[in-house]
Amino acid sequence: MLDLLKIAGKNYQSRLLVGTGKYADFAQTRAAIDASGAEIITVAIRRTNIGQNAGEPSLLDFLPPEEFTYLPNTAGCYSADDAVRTLRLARELLDGHKLVKLEVLGDPNTLYPNMIETLAAAKTLVKDGFDVMVYCSDDPIIAKQLEEIGCCAVMPLASLIGSGMGILNPWNLQIIIANAQIPVLVDAGVGTASDAAIAMELGCQGVLMNTAIAAARDPVLMASAMKKAVEAGREAYLAGRMPKKLYSASPSSPSEGLITK
Amino acid sequence: MHKFLLLAKVHSMPVTIQLIINGKPRSFEAENFTVAQLVVNLNLEGKRLAIECNGEIVPRSQFADTPLADGDKLEIVGAVGGG
Repeated sequence: MLDLLKIAGKNYQSRLLVGTGKYADFAQTRAAIDASGAEIITVAIRRTNIGQNAGEPSLLDFLPPEEFTYLPNTAGCYSADDAVRTLRLARELLDGHKLVKLEVLGDPNTLYPNMIETLAAAKTLVKDGFDVMVYCSDDPIIAKQLEEIGCCAVMPLASLIGSGMGILNPWNLQIIIANAQIPVLVDAGVGTASDAAIAMELGCQGVLMNTAIAAARDPVLMASAMKKAVEAGREAYLAGRMPKKLYSASPSSPSEGLITK
Repeated sequence: MHKFLLLAKVHSMPVTIQLIINGKPRSFEAENFTVAQLVVNLNLEGKRLAIECNGEIVPRSQFADTPLADGDKLEIVGAVGGG
């Protein structure tokens, strides 16, 4: 069955998007990403280390931009201006690449997004020609506004970044999904495979995660688990689950032909 | 700084210019110093990076044609692991 994730006019086979941070080394980063099957990977934009060895390996050596779709983020930005500036640099860095992940944080302790600044940045970026995948709170009204601004995907949090708390408000997510004409992806808060599966069963178009894989005892194995969970959740969503009942008077085995009758 | 710039113009000889690169001051002895020369000087040739000078992005194609002046503030960034 051909079931592709379409974002900003491009099709992807994998509905799992992964971050590249917090791994032990680049080799582990690469191994985990390979195991995840992800095609879209997030990267951060940071000041280059001046004076480091010219031959020192970089992330790009292990994850060539020709092999993956890079999704530069604005992690660490606390204002719309900083986020826009960061993504303009990213576009230059990646030869005019337009697909970006916007996140504007509001608080260094919780990393909860500042949606007022996020909305402002989204407006500027869309006007500037970016394809904006936007990290947001799970507020259905804000999510709709981000869509109306012209973002190409909304990515509400399941729970706080790096918390691994799973999906804390599936009801809000369902409302966001029901109202959206653009892909909804859960970003942040996934802790283990079942969280990813639940997100997909709710009808999310994809899941973005980093810490759940990188901070697992065995990141490569967890990456493989997440791949399966996202696929399983997606198939379950498409298959349409059976209705829930408190009990059922219809057993799975035939009532006829019992030897005791 | 204005006095220094004036002096630099009067004496057209190799000058020391100070740039603020990624938040830290660094001095260079050069005349007609460009972004392209800076990249070579910092051993960053061939690296994938993006450069902003005084808040404006300098496209890679214009590195050689972009002169640097004393006091210019540069940001040199690359892609790193992140979520």
